[in-house]
Amino acid sequence: MTTALIAEDEPLLAAALRADLAALWPALTLLPTLADGRSALEAALAQQPDLCLLDIRMPALTGLEVAAALAEDWPDAAGSRPFPLLVFVTAYDQYAVQAFEAQAVDYLVKPVQRDRLAACIARLRQRLADRAPQGDALAQAMTQLRALLGQAAPAAQPRLDVIQAQVGNLVHLVPVDEVLYFEAADKYVRVVTAGREHLIRQSLRELLPQLDPGVFWQVHRGTVVQARCIRSARREESGKVTLTLHGRPETLVASRLYAHRFKGM
Amino acid sequence: MDTLTHNAGMPTPRPADFLRPLGVRFLINQAACTLLAVLLWQFRVDISLWESWVFSMLIGNACWLLIDGGLRLAAAWVNRDGSGPAGWPGWGWAVPIVVVGTLAGYLAGHSLARLALGITGSHETVQLRVLMISLVAALVISYVFYARERMHAQHLQAVAAERLATEMQLELLQSQLEPHMLFNTLANLRVLIGLDAAQAQGMLDHLIAFLRTTLASTRVDRHALASEFEALNDYLALMRVRMGQRLQPHFELPAPLRDLPVPPLLLQPLVENAIRHGLEPQVEGGRLEIGARRLGDQLQLRVRDTGVGPSAAAAGGSPGSGFGLELVRTRLATLYGGQASLTVQPAADAEGGTEALILLPLRTQGTRA
Repeated sequence: MTTALIAEDEPLLAAALRADLAALWPALTLLPTLADGRSALEAALAQQPDLCLLDIRMPALTGLEVAAALAEDWPDAAGSRPFPLLVFVTAYDQYAVQAFEAQAVDYLVKPVQRDRLAACIARLRQRLADRAPQGDALAQAMTQLRALLGQAAPAAQPRLDVIQAQVGNLVHLVPVDEVLYFEAADKYVRVVTAGREHLIRQSLRELLPQLDPGVFWQVHRGTVVQARCIRSARREESGKVTLTLHGRPETLVASRLYAHRFKGM
Repeated sequence: MDTLTHNAGMPTPRPADFLRPLGVRFLINQAACTLLAVLLWQFRVDISLWESWVFSMLIGNACWLLIDGGLRLAAAWVNRDGSGPAGWPGWGWAVPIVVVGTLAGYLAGHSLARLALGITGSHETVQLRVLMISLVAALVISYVFYARERMHAQHLQAVAAERLATEMQLELLQSQLEPHMLFNTLANLRVLIGLDAAQAQGMLDHLIAFLRTTLASTRVDRHALASEFEALNDYLALMRVRMGQRLQPHFELPAPLRDLPVPPLLLQPLVENAIRHGLEPQVEGGRLEIGARRLGDQLQLRVRDTGVGPSAAAAGGSPGSGFGLELVRTRLATLYGGQASLTVQPAADAEGGTEALILLPLRTQGTRA
């Protein structure tokens, strides 16, 4: 049984895509449609479909962010299902479409036309039929996603020199180069230095373009580490990498998506 | 040509921009000298046309070199901060330079000509009549050069202004007919045609009305505030088909303000920002309030959403809000000078979101270009 998940925030378009898919591919089992990125991610992880059709512009998480998070968190224990085939859906985004073309990722352009959808379905069925074993599928998806995320990265903003963390009436000034790592915590970011930690009311997504990517490495969708503060990186069997730090006892995890940064010279 | 580079704010003209007008001035000067030579030869019986031409050419060119060079040097000094027309230092400098240049040019050219023609003897060196003719000629030619350059500069300025206006019209049109919005709307329409033809027709009507206002907005300067709200209503009706309950628009337009003139679709980029950067990223959506009220002798227009708020909207995930705001600011500055303003801030109450406020003068002192 082949299952598919549709994530699309516009109800009419979601219903239409669903109806067209059902008509062109009767054997396909469609999971309930999700209307925002975060619930799509949770549903995909819980139900492990074979296909995910992800709208690019969605509330909470974009389609690309959902795909990246899926690649990070997809279970890889023996017996878990292979990484799903991804299809991105976009109304008009020249740059995204160029990136999809370049990375040979499946995508649909809204309004989705029947024959275009039929061609996409044929390709998906072919790929499902001769699907590579789990490891290869995941590795391939990850290579594509790294390239897509690289191209979709927001333009660099003026560099931040000092973090201003407010506690009550007091504002702590923390020089950025003293920060060991940033960790996303819901709508906040934890700013961790050797001595202490602060909370700032900003998302990691907002903060990231203001950091020097050569100095601060993203190692997980929720973690950004100052590279010179990393003491060692140990590769686990799952493909994740465990990082130890200078000056902090805790370890951090680099996800599969970013593990390729840690290689011996 | 040097004025073009000046207008573009580039202080270093390319050699070609300098040499071509120099060549033109040189040729005009030679023609004027030849004409003068013929005139002098007509009035004086004691010299041949050849002698008259040699005198005229040498005096004329010496004067021209001194005056043109002097004017340009003075202009470079006076306009060293990049303001004012290139090659023209103002009358205060120009008159003394022309007078002194003519005297010095006359003396130098006259001596050279005598040398060249082998004239010796007690011929008086300074002939007042010839000197006066030289002076008048120098003044006339200098003025011709000045007028030519000014006309050229004005022409370039007019071209630049026209280009700017066209660019702004294009930008405005582009921002109002954002392709993502257009294609998403068409995608919805395509689905609706199959599902609910009547609703599809209604949606198409809103799209037609919105397109009509958008296209007209580049041609008219102002329309009534009621028309502005009508256009926004069309736009939001389209967005509501797409977003459903996640978008809840509220309009507030007091009757006495309905006929006030406002620039067409001034609020549209603000409404689009509120949806795209405020409400769309928020899973539960929210309210969008569009209102107008009178504050003393000012008109306040307000676009407020209960979305994610300006700091989250500035995140890397949704670039482009700055472009819409920039466009609104440019339009306000062009149409009202310093009399209008736009502020964008976090909404003050507990519901959060973003509030954009435009202040327009109720009585406009005419439009400024």
